[in-house]
Amino acid sequence: MANFLLAAAGFVMATVALALVRILRRPAAAERIMAAQLLGTGGIAALLLLAEATGVPAAVDVALVLALLAAFVSVAFVKSADRPEADAK
Amino acid sequence: MSLVRDALTILAVCAGAFFFLAGTVGLLRFPDALSRLHALTKADNLGLGLIVLGLLLQTEGAFSALRLISVWLLGLLAGATVTQLIARAVHPGGLHD
Amino acid sequence: MVFDAGLAVLVLGVAAWTIVARDTFAAVVGFIAYGLLLALVWVRLAAPDVALTEAAIGSGLTGVLLLGASTRVRRTKNLTAGKEPAAALRLAAIGLCVMVSAAIAVLVLLLPEPAPTLAAPVAANLAATGLGNPVTAVLMAYRAIDTLLEVVVLLLALLGVWSLAPDRLWGGVPGLHYRADPDGILTFDAQLLVPIGILVGIHIFWVGSVAPGGEFQGATILAAMWILTTLSGLVDAPAVSRRWLRLLLIAGPAVFVGIGLAGFAMAGAFLAYPMDHAKLLILTIEVPVTLSIAAMLALLVAGPPQRSSHR
Repeated sequence: MANFLLAAAGFVMATVALALVRILRRPAAAERIMAAQLLGTGGIAALLLLAEATGVPAAVDVALVLALLAAFVSVAFVKSADRPEADAK
Repeated sequence: MSLVRDALTILAVCAGAFFFLAGTVGLLRFPDALSRLHALTKADNLGLGLIVLGLLLQTEGAFSALRLISVWLLGLLAGATVTQLIARAVHPGGLHD
Repeated sequence: MVFDAGLAVLVLGVAAWTIVARDTFAAVVGFIAYGLLLALVWVRLAAPDVALTEAAIGSGLTGVLLLGASTRVRRTKNLTAGKEPAAALRLAAIGLCVMVSAAIAVLVLLLPEPAPTLAAPVAANLAATGLGNPVTAVLMAYRAIDTLLEVVVLLLALLGVWSLAPDRLWGGVPGLHYRADPDGILTFDAQLLVPIGILVGIHIFWVGSVAPGGEFQGATILAAMWILTTLSGLVDAPAVSRRWLRLLLIAGPAVFVGIGLAGFAMAGAFLAYPMDHAKLLILTIEVPVTLSIAAMLALLVAGPPQRSSHR
């Protein structure tokens, strides 16, 4: 069971890496914003699997923190790719 | 009983991993940004849900089960709301906040 | 084994991509991905406290910090066009990085087996500190002076960032003004996520005494939620000359130093805790320090004052 879950975690990370490779080849800013979201979800899945597979229950807390930080980073990306909207006095 | 549980976990986690793969394939193959975003959010979150389901069967205790579910719900919530934001940004019209 | 090898390859690949990326925005994304992968590595090495810190501060907050920096640099791009560093300088930089990495690798590989460690005395004296998490015990009891210095360094860094403002804007409001759209999606996002985030932040801080967590990780989440609120325009950043803000910033270090000095009277040395009240004192330090660090991190990301505080 532990080995299977570890393999599943590896598989998820591999799919994320594959998607990342293609996303980051395109120069559009939008793709890069999506990369943050992808990393967040994939990272959460991998961490939850690792928590069970390697007996580090605190990894679930890391996944919790990651969910929040991924949302935060994505919002920051969107806001920064959209500079002209904000006005400075 | 534990054999059934293990079998169900393996099934759920495999299904979840499959959806992650489907999400990636969609990301690579869909023609425009919005449909790629669609593939990314829907498939990945479904995959996450299935993986959490599989892991729920393995955990002992109500508290850790609750923790797993809350991580999934938070991921779902954060993903859904942020994706709307990204969609507005990649829309040809641009952001209109 | 295969998983670890794959993870190592992925980490190196992302690191290499971050270095050769042409566009700073792309490099920032690479950096954030690298931070996440490192968090996975730390989990594999059974160090969840470090993984938490890496995911929160190393990847998330520093990533957004770099994003802000890259945005500012973008605006000055035409000033530096045509002034690329010479090839010799680049080679020297590469050589220096390689030398440092090689030195660290050699040192790690040459450690005697088993590696020298203080884990046994740490575990033996854990009961005296009243804490259940050995990492927190090291941070707040055995090596509290290091944590105090870290907090002070963070404050000094913030002062450094503030000093980048032009003279007329000193004490002004950091960051740009974001208009709030009451029906907008970002407002909805912020109103939904921020309360949950604050709860999670307090949980991670509180649980640090018995499980992986602690003040820096909790403070980072609180800071991220604050920045989310300002980005959505729901709240405007306060002017950095506001008294309550400055009091908030120094509250943590002040309490830390105060209890440290009281340690002379109570237990005979700076930052020494008397046996029965160790946990209470540690908590008394941790709460204001968490709030101060949250404010410091949020203000670091907000940047130097860009608007005058007088409207």
